[in-house]
Amino acid sequence: MAVPILKQGDVLVASIQVALTDSDLVELRDRLAEQVGRHRSRGVILDVTVLDVLDSFAARTLRSIAQTARLRGAHTVVVGIQPEVAFGMVQLGLSLEDVSTALDLEEGLAHLRAVLERRGHHVR
Amino acid sequence: MSGDVHVAIERDADIVTARQRGRELAREVGFSGTEQTLITLAISEIARNIVSYARRGGMTLTRVQDAGRSGISIVARDEGPGIPDIELAMRDGYSTGKSLGVGLPGSRRVVDEFVLTSTVGVGTTITMKKWLR
Repeated sequence: MAVPILKQGDVLVASIQVALTDSDLVELRDRLAEQVGRHRSRGVILDVTVLDVLDSFAARTLRSIAQTARLRGAHTVVVGIQPEVAFGMVQLGLSLEDVSTALDLEEGLAHLRAVLERRGHHVR
Repeated sequence: MSGDVHVAIERDADIVTARQRGRELAREVGFSGTEQTLITLAISEIARNIVSYARRGGMTLTRVQDAGRSGISIVARDEGPGIPDIELAMRDGYSTGKSLGVGLPGSRRVVDEFVLTSTVGVGTTITMKKWLR
């Protein structure tokens, strides 16, 4: 099940719609890395609102998506981690380390705008 | 009232199925949303171990009763290579390379009972239980 990736100006928004398999996540990582280059994107938003669980593989892949995008010149924000999902990650000992997070899509876009403007990019 | 749920675990799509079945059963048993998530997480980690290391196995999810309390039992069996050093495999951060090394110790932390038996060359069985509070 491919995750739709929408282009909004300088930002790519990947909205996860259903539970993802490990290969879906890896495919999302590869498509995002490619599209960041194709669209010369400065930011990526990963919306995980619908996910009812983030396990070790998902946490690792979200980190890898953010690191890959960073090497391609884009900043990633993960948005929409549900409270129970966050609690489960803490209990299991999982973290997103230095990946930016925000409460929801709106906060994520505001965060991206602030980060990019600090770097001197005008955000479209 | 549902009976045993058995999920064959061979591909990564089966991990998603096991998670969903586990959450459904945990909800039926009466676990809170947070506890459902912890049960789902443990199922996901253990199912992925089967796919990554054993390639083929199965998981049986059962509603259990004991001394007036209710809970859920998750039994994962595989006929994989087995785990030569269980103590080492249960250590936080230990991995033979395919993961973060949080799957087994993390799963043990989020359930009430965790029993792992393994014979090299024969396979591994993990039994987890979580009880309603």
